[in-house]
Amino acid sequence: MSLLSLCQWLANTSWSIGIHESRYGYSIIESVHVLTLCLFLGLAVMLDLRLLGVSLRGAPVYEVVEQLLPWMKAGFAVMAVSGILLFTAIPVRTYQNIFFRLKVIMLIAAAVNVWVFHSTVYRKVADWGTSARPPRRARIAAGLSLALWAGIVIAGRMIAYNWFDCDRKQSAVMTFMESCGPPAPDE
Amino acid sequence: MSVLSFFMWCENSAIGDAIRTSKWLFPFIEAVHLLGLAVIGGAVLIVDLRLFGLNLRGQPVAQLARDAQRWLLVSLAILVPTGVLMFLSEATKCYYHPAFWMKMSALLLAIIFTFTVKRKVALADEAHMRPLWYKLVALTSITLWSLVGIGGRWIGFS
Repeated sequence: MSLLSLCQWLANTSWSIGIHESRYGYSIIESVHVLTLCLFLGLAVMLDLRLLGVSLRGAPVYEVVEQLLPWMKAGFAVMAVSGILLFTAIPVRTYQNIFFRLKVIMLIAAAVNVWVFHSTVYRKVADWGTSARPPRRARIAAGLSLALWAGIVIAGRMIAYNWFDCDRKQSAVMTFMESCGPPAPDE
Repeated sequence: MSVLSFFMWCENSAIGDAIRTSKWLFPFIEAVHLLGLAVIGGAVLIVDLRLFGLNLRGQPVAQLARDAQRWLLVSLAILVPTGVLMFLSEATKCYYHPAFWMKMSALLLAIIFTFTVKRKVALADEAHMRPLWYKLVALTSITLWSLVGIGGRWIGFS
């Protein structure tokens, strides 16, 4: 079963049709998704700024991580659930959308970045956690995180626009990157 | 000059016109506005959660508030210009949209509250502050800033 046919199946589920056709459902879920940025990404930014050594310099890094992580996890859970519901409402178009694809790639990169950080330099946080300016590898991880999340937010916003949708005339490169398939015969 | 004619003048300005007629400008400005939203969310919440006693209890409130205030100002430096640009492109719509006026009223109150009461309470000597005051300030702050965010999102639903 291809991803596309999975999306086509999803589009015919009662969940997808329900959100899609609800008067306010989609708008409410989307608003929750956007405003939860404040909680999840806002605190992630505060943590990254600490890791860069430009904010909260008096607070030990492990304390900032331990204290902010539960809130970030709660925020991420809301973002993930609302994001999955938004995808469920419009699965085929979103799956093909170039900005959605970019966003997924950057999300994976952000996850790898977190994993690398936690399994390398953060293991020795007891050695450097109290210094105002963390080691270079921690600062690189923080910088990468900020850049990737900025990209994720921008790409996420752009999913809403249909400039590159498969049902409009697209270049061969775009058609390939969005795995559009052959155009409808009446075009 | 009435408010409405001023708003119409804004919309017909060269900048408003350029943003409205461009395919990319409005979405891009809006996306940058969202980046500012994330930063202001973090800068406000990290202090409010501390005032509620829900995070970073080991850190002095005053230092945390000073650190966060800088990023609050940075976020406003992103949010205000991008917000003004979006406003210019659709000022007349804003005039007739209740969400715009709701957001701007909440924003005015939130800024005044943040830079007077909240600032004063957060920077005061912790030993002499009652936890209830902290919680009231945090609650007011979160409420006002949430109204700003919700109002902002609502402007987009026309």
